Formats: sequence, C-alpha cells, structure tokens
Amino acid sequence: MSSRSVVIKILIVLTGVGLSVRLFYIQLLDSDYERAAENNIVQKIIEYPYRGLLTDRNDSLLVYNTPVFDLMVIPNQVRIPDTTRFLQLLQISDTLFLERMNKAKHFSYKLASVLVNQLPNEHLAQIQGELIDYEGFFVQPRTVREYSYSGLAHTLGYVGEISLQDLKRDTTGYYRGGDYLGRSGIEQAYENDLRGERGVSYRMVDAQRVAKGKFREGTFDTLPEPGKDVQLTIDIELQQYAEKLMDGKVGSVVALDPKTGEILALVSGPDYDPSLLSGKKLSTNYKPLEEDSLKPLFNRALQAMYPPGSMFKTVQSLIALQQGIVTPTQKIFCEGDLIGDLAPPGKYDIKRGITYSSNNFFFIVFRRTMLQQKDPNMYLDSRIGLANWRDYVTQFGLGNRLGVDLPNEASGHVPTVDYYDKIYGIRRWKFSNIYSLSIGQGELLVSPLQMANLGALLGNRGHYFTPHLVKRIGNETSIEAERQDVEIDSVYFDSVLEGMEQVVTIGSGRRAYVNDLQICGKTSTVENPGYDHSGFLAFAPKDDPKIAIAVYVENAGWGGRAAAATAGLIIEKYLKGEVSRKYMEAYVLKGDFHD
Amino acid sequence: MTNTRDQSSDPITIGLFLLLTLIGWVNIYAAEYDPDTSVGIFSLSQSSGKQLLWIGVSLIMGLFVYATDYKLFDSFAYLIYLIVILMLVAVLFFGKEVSGAQSWFQIGSFRLQPSEFAKYATLLAVAKYLSELKQKTLEVRHIIFAAMLFMIPLALTILQRDAGTALVYTSLILVLFREGMSPLVLIFLITVVALFLLTLLVQKTLLLIGIVIFALIILGLTARTAKRIGWVFILTILAVGMVVSVDFAMNEVFQPHQQKRIMSLINPNADPLGVGWNVTQSKIAIGSGGFQGKGFLQGTQTKFDFVPEQTTDFIFCTVGEEHGWLGTFAVIALFCILLIRLINIAERQKAKFARIFGYGVVSVLFFHFLINIAMTIGLFPVIGIPLPFFSYGGSSLLSFSLMLFTFLKLDAHRMQVLQR
Repeated sequence: MSSRSVVIKILIVLTGVGLSVRLFYIQLLDSDYERAAENNIVQKIIEYPYRGLLTDRNDSLLVYNTPVFDLMVIPNQVRIPDTTRFLQLLQISDTLFLERMNKAKHFSYKLASVLVNQLPNEHLAQIQGELIDYEGFFVQPRTVREYSYSGLAHTLGYVGEISLQDLKRDTTGYYRGGDYLGRSGIEQAYENDLRGERGVSYRMVDAQRVAKGKFREGTFDTLPEPGKDVQLTIDIELQQYAEKLMDGKVGSVVALDPKTGEILALVSGPDYDPSLLSGKKLSTNYKPLEEDSLKPLFNRALQAMYPPGSMFKTVQSLIALQQGIVTPTQKIFCEGDLIGDLAPPGKYDIKRGITYSSNNFFFIVFRRTMLQQKDPNMYLDSRIGLANWRDYVTQFGLGNRLGVDLPNEASGHVPTVDYYDKIYGIRRWKFSNIYSLSIGQGELLVSPLQMANLGALLGNRGHYFTPHLVKRIGNETSIEAERQDVEIDSVYFDSVLEGMEQVVTIGSGRRAYVNDLQICGKTSTVENPGYDHSGFLAFAPKDDPKIAIAVYVENAGWGGRAAAATAGLIIEKYLKGEVSRKYMEAYVLKGDFHD
Repeated sequence: MTNTRDQSSDPITIGLFLLLTLIGWVNIYAAEYDPDTSVGIFSLSQSSGKQLLWIGVSLIMGLFVYATDYKLFDSFAYLIYLIVILMLVAVLFFGKEVSGAQSWFQIGSFRLQPSEFAKYATLLAVAKYLSELKQKTLEVRHIIFAAMLFMIPLALTILQRDAGTALVYTSLILVLFREGMSPLVLIFLITVVALFLLTLLVQKTLLLIGIVIFALIILGLTARTAKRIGWVFILTILAVGMVVSVDFAMNEVFQPHQQKRIMSLINPNADPLGVGWNVTQSKIAIGSGGFQGKGFLQGTQTKFDFVPEQTTDFIFCTVGEEHGWLGTFAVIALFCILLIRLINIAERQKAKFARIFGYGVVSVLFFHFLINIAMTIGLFPVIGIPLPFFSYGGSSLLSFSLMLFTFLKLDAHRMQVLQR
C-alpha cells in the first residue's frame, strides 16, 4: 500500500476528529445555542388581569372596568379592498392612517401593532361586520376604567400609561413599556393591590411567527390573577352632597369618623369628572386640566396649606390648661388693646374666649405660655417657651404628615426655634416677634385634613386615629388605624368643648346650628391678600362624636358664613340623613357670601 | 484472492451506502415533519417520499451499471467527458436559472443539472489520462494537463454562477498527490487557503508581523546556504503579497454578496438576521441538540423553518438537533469508514484506471462531506453543496451513486485486468 494513501487516510480521520470536536463544543459545552433555540420558537403572551374594583363604605360601586378594543394590524397580511370606506369605518384621516401603518411596518411586518387604540364597544359593534372584508386586522380586547359617579376624582386618581421615568424607577422589574398603572390617588397608592398579577403563556411559533402549539405542554404558563377589590371609607352619598355644596367654589371639605379615622368625604374644589382622564381621553384632557388657572388637579383637601386662624385657639387653650398656665375657670380682664380684635373688651375665661374668639385673651394666654420665667432673659425664655409649645402642637398632628393613604399629603408648618433663628438671628427674637402664632396666624400652616383631624381629636377628648381612605382590601379584615394620644388630660377639654358648642349656638358659627344636634365648632377667618378665606372646624354630637369636619372656602370672607353653613349642612345630612334647612342649603348653593 | 471471472461487489461499501441513504431519508422526513399536516414518510407530496423514489432510481441505475461491460468506462471516458462539457456549455445558453445559478436543463417537468454529472465525467477523463501515461513519475506537464481536464468544467460551472459545485473539482488535487505530485504543492495550496482565511480573520498588520516573525524563525533554524535564504525570502514576499492582495480583493474585486458571504463566515453575529442568518440558525439548531438530541421528530428549529433549505444543504442540522452529538458523531464516523474503505479498495486495484477513478470518488465525496458539515457549523462559508447520500435531491444522489457503483463495478473486475 502506498505511503501516500496512508497520508490521505490520516487526513480523513483528522477531518472527522476535527469536525466532531467542533460539534462537541457547540453541542455540549456552549449553552448559548440552546437558549437561542428557545428564543427562536418561544413566544411569550401576556394576559392582563382585571384591575380591582373600588367601592364606597356601603358597597356602592365607584370604579369598574369596561372593555375597549384595540384594532391591531399585521402589515404583511394587509389587504384593503376599499381604502376610503375603511378610513370612514375607523374614523381616521388618511395621513394618520399612513403614519400609523408606517410605524407598524417599521416595528415589524410579521408582528401585530396597534392601528387604532381603544375603540369603544359600540363603535366596534357597528363596524365589525364590515371589518371582515379587510385582511390583516384583528381586535384585541383591553379594559379601561369607568366611573359610576362624576365626582371623587382627587381621591380615586386615574390610570395611565407608565412613563419612562417610572419605568426606570421600577426596581421590581414588573412593568414594561405600554403598561398601565395608577398615576394618582387611590389608583396610585394601592396600585400593587389593584393591579393583580399578569398571566403568562408560552407558545411555540415557526419562523413566520405562526403558532405551533403550547411550549412544553404549558408547564410554565400562569393564569392572570385579578386585582383585589378595594373598599373605600368614603360615603358616596355624603361625598356627593358635599360636592354639590362646593360646586363652583374654591376650597375643600374633609369629613371623617372620629372613632376610626375613616374619611367619609373628601372634596377639593374645583374638581373634574374622573372619566375625563379614563382611557383614550386622558391624552386630550390632561393638559387643559393641568393648565387651568384654578388648578383642578390640585387636591386642596390634602395639599393646600393655610394658616389655621381662630380654630387654633382650641389648641392654644389645651396647651395652656395642661401646663396650668390658666385654669378652666380663671378669668382674665382684656382691655382689647394688645392686638386687633372683633371681641369686645371684658373678662374672659377659656370658654368665653373661644365662644367670642377673643384675640386679646389668647394673646395673653400665649404670652404666658411662651414666657414661663424659666430664664430671666426674655430672649432665652422665649426660646424655651417656643420649643416646649411646639412639642405640644406637633402632638395634635400638626407640622407633619398625618400619614393618610394618598400620595402628596402636605405636612403643614409649625415653626421651630431654628426657624426663627434663621429669620431674626440667634437671641434676636422674643415673644413680641411671634405673637401672631397666638391666634393661628403668622408662620403656622395647616392642611384642611389636619384641621378635620383636629376636630376628631377634640371630639375624642385627646386622641385621634390616623385618617385613611381604605376600609378593606380584597377579602382581608377591615383596616384599623393606629390610635394617637395627645398628652392633654381629658378634663381640660370640657371648657374648650363648651366654648365650641356656644360658637354654634350663640357665637360666630350660628349658621352651622342644627336643631337637636349638639354641634361643637370653631370658625376661622384666614387672613389673605384679597378676600379672606372662610374656615370652619366642627364635630358632632358633642358627647358621642360621629363626624368631624373641616371646611375651607377660599376668598369667601368670614368663617361664620360660607364654611360654617356648609359644615352644618354636611353634619345634618350625615347624622339625620336629610337636610331640613332648605334656606341654608339655598344660601350655600347660591355661593355669594359677601354682603 | 481467487481468480474468478466475475467477483461480487464489495458488501461493506454497499452496506454503508444503504445505511447512509436510509439515515438521510429518515432525516429528510424529520426535517419537514409537521404533526398537523403530516401524511407519512412515503407520501410523494413530501420530500421524503420523493427521495425514496430517487433512492429506488439510484439502485436501478446501479443494476444498469452492473450490466454494463466494465471496459466501456475506460473506453468511452473521453467521449463522455466531451459530451458533458458540451452540455455545460449548452446550459449557459439554454439553461434555466434556479436560485441564482444557471445550471439546470428543464425538459417538461423534469429538471437535470449537468454539473452534477460533469463531476463523474471529469473523474473518468482524469483517470483515463493519468492511467495511460507511460512514465513512472508524474511530470509537471502531466500535472498541468490533468489539471486542465478539471479546470475546464470548473470554469464552466463558475460561469453558471455555481461556485460551490465548481470548487469541488479542486479536490482532485488529492488524486494528483496520490499519483506522485510533489507534496509541496499540497502544502502550498493548504497554506494559501489558510492565509486567505487568516487575512479575513486577523488584522492585516498583525498578520504581516506574524509572517515576518515566522520567516525569521525558519531562517534561524534551517537557513545554511544562500539558496535556502533566498527561498525563504521569496516565500515571505509571496505570503505578504498574498495577504495584501486578498485584503485588496475583499474590498475591491469581490461582489458585495460574495463579500457578505465570506464575512458572515468570519462573524455571523455581526448581522444575525441578514446574511449570517443561515449560519446562525444552523448552528443554533445543531448546538441545541446537546448530547443525545431532542429525539426523532422532536426538533423545532428545522421544522419550524428557522434553518433554511433544511432538507438539502442543511440536512445535517436535523441530525444535530434531533440526535445530538451522538448522531453527528455517528454520521461523521460512517463517512470516514466509507472513505477509508474506498481507499482500501482503490489500493487493491491492479488497473491504474480503476485506482485513479477510485481516488477521484474519494476526493469528491471527502470534499462534499467536509465542506458541507463545515459550513453548517460555521467553519466555512455557505457555498451550497449537498451532503452526499443525505441531502434531498435527485441529481446529486444519482451522481454520487453513479460514481460509487461505477467504482464498485470496476472493483468487481479487478482480477480480469491482466487478461486484457
């Protein structure tokens, strides 16, 4: 045998070995190919769950889902016999049609893109019969939010497509581009409960993306898990009544149940119809709402901050009483020359001071609170007094967020020692610089929610429950809020509450008076450039409080008018079921509170 | 060896032939299998059914070959060669274009690819020419003439724009090597191919530096005389010249689609959905098979059309995907056994013509086997040549069978040569 034949045989064997080694590498050692093979054939289909429903405290349905249909197009299958008629059916212009077709083609010839999104059910029903004549199109059902009532928009919030920033911020990796999520209100705060869990199914497709059955017999498939229904603490009937009273006004109403912290009504005026921001309408309606000078998207009930005004005299009273600076029956003669006042000069105790809202009385009380002779130096004594006072004030839920279960709650402001140091310099301020605080003006800022909560605290004689809007999630037991106690002995509340009762019976809050109801209230006229804001804080009944309320009406003047009248009507509606004082209702609805 | 007049043909080769065609046939069925529409392996609407028909035709043709007088192959070698060359010329004018190559005659619904049979005719002609040389050693002019015999069909096939099939003729260099051509020519050609591929893979400057360093090492080790130094110098210049000119050719001479094909070999991931698609998908299919494969009819990449031409040029993918490394190793082993068996048979020939023809068959089969598998696993550009006995297609199966049976027929008469 020729030696050259041996060389050729060796060449052949080496070739065989070489190919086998290479195959060993790609088949056994490199796992990339296996993954690539699965990527080739496996198509992931996401099944969207139903978003949870929202109901009020009495199980009235507030928000539900309604089906809409996206018209999808697969560019390489398109056949349109009559373009004019087709555009007519879809009610889109030919330029828009061409633009979207090009976009779809740019994305993929073989995969479906949205041509027309969110066709309403009725529209689809009209055109479905004719749509069959056009190849390469199909409809994909989705759901959008539908609202039973036109109000409560600020609380409910809205659902919209996820933004790029949110997508980047999502560390859980749950969301994808094009997903919808709650963007404000309850929809945002309870997104994780409402959204449910997406289902995923894997199917095999060939190179033309034609389905070839389930991947691995559906081992990896999961069913979508519907979102949990969320029951709100809102009483929709009361809410609607409050909205009706606030119609056309700028301001807010917060009503809550003092025994639980459950918010019964939350109104911010002006408001908007939540369905304006549902589904397809969001893109057209959002901008005008955002640019409106009255800021309808701004939730005044939670986000607006005003000086508390005279309502704050209740807090001042309790702090002074607790420290023994005044006793419940102690009378102080007021000449009425220390500070501007509407109350006449005379002898005042706590009860009378509150009833007539005497500025001079509370000026004196606050001066004693600030200057407790802990230090002979007036400047240093004021510092000690302010720090001590602030400790008490913050216990009333002021100066910090209460922790309501909605986003963007305002914290308000209770000035600190540092705060005045920055304004005046250390040791360069004393009581005379900060006396406005005595009557709830100056640097104090509170939100309407905080004032309603103060009403609950007063009614409960020393404690409150964190205000909240959700009563129940899914089938879980009711949510119970944390009880917060304030370090004021309950005996000191007597004189304050008696004063508040008289505010309604004989004082500035007489418009809130309702027969057979022991309502305790306090008006505020919040100083403001332009017309003052009208504020009113109340709870009722006095000995067994079932509702606490704060009402603010901007630029409506005296607290005793717009706010007190509105609050009284809402209390009456809630506790009696209906309003007998139609003249008062007409007065509020008319909305002209200036003489 | 007994001196009977009519020896039976080699049963081992027949067995390997039957085994390879059978495995190929089953894989053609699997490559197209779709559980929803499958009508069975025998259905003529499927490639597998048609291939079975062609296997039958091949076997009948084998019987005809056996019935022929073995001396006729020798006697009519040049005539057959001439006829086929004329057909190759004719197809350029009257042929039908199929997927870019003008290499088919269409007669009714029957299509014939003369280039497949040109290989056979060329083997006969080369064997005839070399076997009739009187000299013991092969001279340069003989090599040049023999090379002419296969360069003519090569050139004509290139004119048909079927470069893959044309390249097959270069495998006949192996025959010349066996018949006494200097091994330096073989080494030279392998070096040229290696340099060509390296030019595409490695940066030009790096490669040039490498060549110079390599030349210096050779100089230091072997160069004693001025003549040797001169040779190393000349070869180095040639190598550098080649690298530079290949680089130039890649950019200036080759057509864009040829450039792309060559470049997709180098980096199929650069444009995975474009030209590299075939290679990428082919590698995915084979690579996903693992050790044992996904099982008969369980492959997904081939039958879901990710791999192009899955029954013809890329049939090896189905083997790799469904039968894993075990399957590919078995097929490679079978081919190696067949080729070595054919060499053994060639070496036992007393007639020079039969031996040279046998080596021709080995060369062509070896080239197809190596290049086809190499291109499916991304080691060689996709040039579209079938895997012998495996790939679906009548012309190629008939052509390979004809070569094999002719050689076996010659082998059966190896003892009669002396009586001639």
